[in-house]
Amino acid sequence: THVCSVCLLQCNNVRIPRNISWAISGTECELQKRNMTENGLGHRVLNMDTMNPNVKRVEYAVRGPIVQRAMQIEKELKEGVKKPFTEVIKANIGDAHAMGQKPITFLRQVVALCAYPDLLEDDKFPEDAKNRARRILQACGGGSIGAYSASPGIEIIRQDVAKYIEKRDGGIPSNPDNIYLSTGASDAIVTMLKLLTSGEGKNRTGVMISIPQYPLYSAALAELAAVQVSYYLDEDKCWSLDVGELRRAVKVAREHCNPRALCIINPGNPTGQVQSRQCIEDVIRFAAEEHLFLMADEVYQDNVYAEGCQFHSFKKVLFEMGPEYSSVVELASFHSTSKCFMGECGFRGGYMEVVNMDPEVKLQLTKLVSVRLCPPIPGQALLDLVVNPPQPDEPSYATFIKERTANLDILAEKAKMTEQVLNTVPGIHCNPVQGAMYTFPRLSLPEKAINAAKEKGQAPDMFYCMKLLEETGICLVPGSGFGQRDGTYHFRMTILPATEKLKVVLKKIREFHKRFTEEFS
Amino acid sequence: MGGSLNERNGTLCELQKPNMTENGFGHRERVLNVDTINPNVKRVEYAVRGPIVQRAMQIEKELKEGVKKPFTEVIKANIGDAHAMGQKPITFFRQVIALCVYPDLLEDDKFPEDAKNRARRILQACGGGSLGAYSASPGIEVIRQDVAKYIEKRDGGIPSNPDNIYLSTGASDAIVTMLKLLTSGEGKTRTGVMISIPQYPLYSAALAELAAVQVSYYLDEDKCWSLDVNELRRAVKAAREHCNPRALCIINPGNPTGQVQSRQCIEDVIRFAAEEHLFLMADEVYQDNVYTEGCQFHSFKKVLFEMGSEYSSVVELASFHSTSKCYMGECGFRGGYMEVINMDPEVKLQLTKLVSVRLCPSIPGQAMLDLVVNPPQPDEPSYATFIKERTANLHILSEKAKMTEQVLNTVPGIHCNPVQGAMYTFPRLTLPEKAINAAKEKEQAPDMFYCMKLLEETGICLVPGSGFGQRDGTYHFRMTILPGTEKLKIVLEKIGEFHKLFTEEFS
Repeated sequence: THVCSVCLLQCNNVRIPRNISWAISGTECELQKRNMTENGLGHRVLNMDTMNPNVKRVEYAVRGPIVQRAMQIEKELKEGVKKPFTEVIKANIGDAHAMGQKPITFLRQVVALCAYPDLLEDDKFPEDAKNRARRILQACGGGSIGAYSASPGIEIIRQDVAKYIEKRDGGIPSNPDNIYLSTGASDAIVTMLKLLTSGEGKNRTGVMISIPQYPLYSAALAELAAVQVSYYLDEDKCWSLDVGELRRAVKVAREHCNPRALCIINPGNPTGQVQSRQCIEDVIRFAAEEHLFLMADEVYQDNVYAEGCQFHSFKKVLFEMGPEYSSVVELASFHSTSKCFMGECGFRGGYMEVVNMDPEVKLQLTKLVSVRLCPPIPGQALLDLVVNPPQPDEPSYATFIKERTANLDILAEKAKMTEQVLNTVPGIHCNPVQGAMYTFPRLSLPEKAINAAKEKGQAPDMFYCMKLLEETGICLVPGSGFGQRDGTYHFRMTILPATEKLKVVLKKIREFHKRFTEEFS
Repeated sequence: MGGSLNERNGTLCELQKPNMTENGFGHRERVLNVDTINPNVKRVEYAVRGPIVQRAMQIEKELKEGVKKPFTEVIKANIGDAHAMGQKPITFFRQVIALCVYPDLLEDDKFPEDAKNRARRILQACGGGSLGAYSASPGIEVIRQDVAKYIEKRDGGIPSNPDNIYLSTGASDAIVTMLKLLTSGEGKTRTGVMISIPQYPLYSAALAELAAVQVSYYLDEDKCWSLDVNELRRAVKAAREHCNPRALCIINPGNPTGQVQSRQCIEDVIRFAAEEHLFLMADEVYQDNVYTEGCQFHSFKKVLFEMGSEYSSVVELASFHSTSKCYMGECGFRGGYMEVINMDPEVKLQLTKLVSVRLCPSIPGQAMLDLVVNPPQPDEPSYATFIKERTANLHILSEKAKMTEQVLNTVPGIHCNPVQGAMYTFPRLTLPEKAINAAKEKEQAPDMFYCMKLLEETGICLVPGSGFGQRDGTYHFRMTILPGTEKLKIVLEKIGEFHKLFTEEFS
C-alpha cells in the first residue's frame, strides 16, 4: 500500500484513494493536494482534465463571452459605475418580449385560465378563451396542467398541430402520430441529431449545416461528437443556398465521415434569407440523390417581410414533387412558440413533424423522449393556441388579428429600416432582411484592427463587438460565432428593439463604425 | 441523379428501387433505421413509460371504443403523477402563476395581495416584465437567490450561494446534465457511475445514452431497503477492474423503494465518497415526503457541512430538487434546481456554457419553483390556506403509505417494507415456479408477465421490478400510493385477489 508523504498523520482516518491519486501526481495523495493548491481547493473528481471532452468543445456564441460581459456591465451600471451610456441594449438574441413586444392577449388569457381554473367562473374572460381552456384541461391528467402528459405531448394538441400543418400546406395530410411536442425547437433538434449519430472514424455521422449557422447546431454536434460538414451560403446572392456548394461539401466530407443529414434553416438564422420554392426543390432532390435525412428548421415561418418572398414548407414542396420523392425522403421539420408574431420564448413550446421515418426508429424516438417524461404543459398549451388561434366567428378573433398583424407589420418595418440604415454606413454591407429576426451585415475592418485583435488573441469581429459594447452598451454577436468565410467579418443583430430604440442603436453603430475605422487607419 | 448512388448498390440506383417493392414505398433503406440509429439510444430502457404503459394506453382506447373488459377504467399507478390521480393544486401557487401569465389580473381584487406581490416580483425579474422572455440560462437571478435562502433555512443556516444554483427543466434535466459532464475516458478509464439497485430508471437510461458504465450497488431489502457501505465498497472494488468509478448517485427518500436514509448512513456514504474520490449526486426530490415516525429527511448538504471542513471543503456534491413531488406534485411545470458544492470553478463555467445551448428552463416552471421555495409567510393573507392545503396533502399521503403497507402485507406471497417516504411501494412477490416458466416461454421477465396479466384482468397499471433492477431470482412491482384513498383501497384489494388467483392458477 502507498503512504502519502505529506498527510500520513492527518490521513490516518482516511483511506487513500487507490489507482487515481498516486498514479497521477508524485508522492502526495489527492486529499493533500487539495490543501496545497492556490485556491485552497484543487484536485477534484470533476475538473477540466477529467470532464467530458465533448462538452469542452461546445461553443454557443449567442450566450458567449460577449453576453457575459454585457451582464457584467449591467451590474456595474447598477452599482453606479460611470459609462458612456446608461443602459445595455441586448440585440444578441431573438427575444421579442424582452425587447418590449407585448404578448398576444388571447394566448395569455387561455393559459391563465388553465393555470387557475377558478377563473372559468369569471365573466371578464371571453367565451372562446374559456372553451379553449376547458378543452385543454380535459385533455390533461386529472384536469390539471400540473400532471405529466404522454411523452410525445398531449394527444389533442398533436391533432391540432397536424390540422394546422395540413391547412398551412394546402391540404397535404399530416398524421398526429408523426408529431412530437418538444421543449422549444432546440430540444427536438438535439433529439433528432442524437438519433442520427453513430459509427466511428470514417463511418461517423456527418451533418451538413450552413455557414453561417445558428450555433445550436454546431454545439449539439460537438456534444455528440458528430462531424460538422459545412456548406457556405452565398452572401453575394442574398445568402441563398446553391446546390453546387452542397455537392462540393458532401463530396469532400465523404472522404472522412459518413454524411447522413442535411440541416436547413428557413427563413434563415442569422442571415435572414427566405428560400425560394425552386431552391427547396433542388435541396430535396439533392437529399434524395445523396441519401440524406433532411432537417428543416422552420421556426421563423411567419416572419417573412420582403415583397416577392414567401414561406414554403419543406413538407409541402416535398409532397408536391410527387411520390418519387414524398415516399422516400426522410424529413423532420421544426417549429416553436418562441418566434413569429407571438415570441413566447419563455414557455419553451415547440414541435417536430417527422415524415417517412422508419416505424422502428419512431418507437426508439418515443422511448428516448419518454426518459424526460414530457415537455412543460404550459408550453404545450401555448403551442395549441398558436396552431389553433381564434376563428372568424369567435369573440377574440378581431383583437387577435389586430395584435398579430401589428407585431408582424412592425417587424417588417424594422427589417427594412435596419437594412437601409446599415447600408448608408461606409464599410458595412447589409443584405435585405427578407425574413426571420436578424441582420448579418458584412464589415470591412482595417488591417490595423485585425492585427490589434490578433494580438489580443481575439477574432477581429469579436474585438469589434467588444469595443462596441464597451463604448455604446450595444450587445451584438460576432460573426465568428456563427461561422463565415475566412477573411470576412460580420455581426448578428436582432431587429427586435422597439422602433425608436432601434433607430438609436443603428445610429450608434454607424457612428461607432466610423470612429473604429478612423482609429485603426 | 448523383453518380455516387450507382456505385453503392449494383445496377439500380436508389431512387429506382423503391418502386419495385411490395408496399409501394420501397424498402430503399432509410437513412435512419434501426441499424444506423445511435446504438446508445437503442440501449436506453425506461420502464416507467415502457411496454406495460403502452399497453395500458391501448386498453384505454379500446375501452373508449366500447370493447368489453372485466373492468371499466385503467388505473395508472405506474408513475408519481399526483394531479393525474386527483390531488388538487395548491391555490396560492396557481394564483401567482395565473397573475404572471396574464398580468391584467393584477387589477382584479379577487386575488390576495401576497399572491399579487409575488407575481409582481417575478415579473420584474423577467425580461420585458414577461414570462415569455428567455431568462439567463442558469435561471432567473432572484429565483436562484430564493432557492439559496430556502436551502439555508432547511439546513439550519448552512450558507448556500445563489451562484451554485442552476434551475432546470424538472430534476431529470439537471441529473442528465451532471452525468454528461462526468462522462469521459475510454475502455478501462471510462467513467463508472454507482447507482442503487433498485433504482429510478432515469439513471440507467441516461448512462446508456452517454455510454457511461453503470456500477450497481444493492439496497438491503431485509433491512428496509437501507444502504450498507460495505456493499458500496464491494461494488466499487469490482468496478475498478473494468472502469473508472467517478460518481455515486443516491436517491433519498428512495424511489422506487420508499426508504428514508438515516443521518448515520448519510455520513458513512459521504466518508466513503471522500475515500474513494467520488462525486456525489443526491436526488432529493422527495424531501418533504417522509411519513414514518422516527424518520426524518437529512439533506446531504447539511450532513456534509456538519462533518467539518475535512469533508465539506473537498467532497463534490450536486443535489437535486423539483416541483413535481412533495405536497405540490406540479409535474407538468417541469420545474427544478440543482445545487453544486465544491465544483471546480472552470467546470462551473463549462456547465454554464452547456446549459446555455438550451437557452433556459421553462419560465412558468421557474416561477412555480420560486413559490415552492418562497411560500406564503405567517403574516401573509394566503398563509392559512396554504398550510391547510399542504398539510392535508401530506397527511393523506402518509395515511395511504401506511394503508398500502398494511393491506399488501396481509396477502400471502407479497411482502412489503414500510413506505417510510417518497410515493411508492416496491413489494416483493413470491411467484410459483410454473408462472416463472410460463413467463420464460413468453420471453418476459416473470414480474412483467405478472404485471401484464394484472393489467389485462383488472386494469391496474404497475411497473415490474425488473424495470428498476432487483436481486436475481427476486420479483417486485412498483406501485404509487397516489390514487385517491377510496380508489387505493380498491386497487389494493384487487391486487390481493389477483395475487391469490395468480398463485392458484400456476400452482
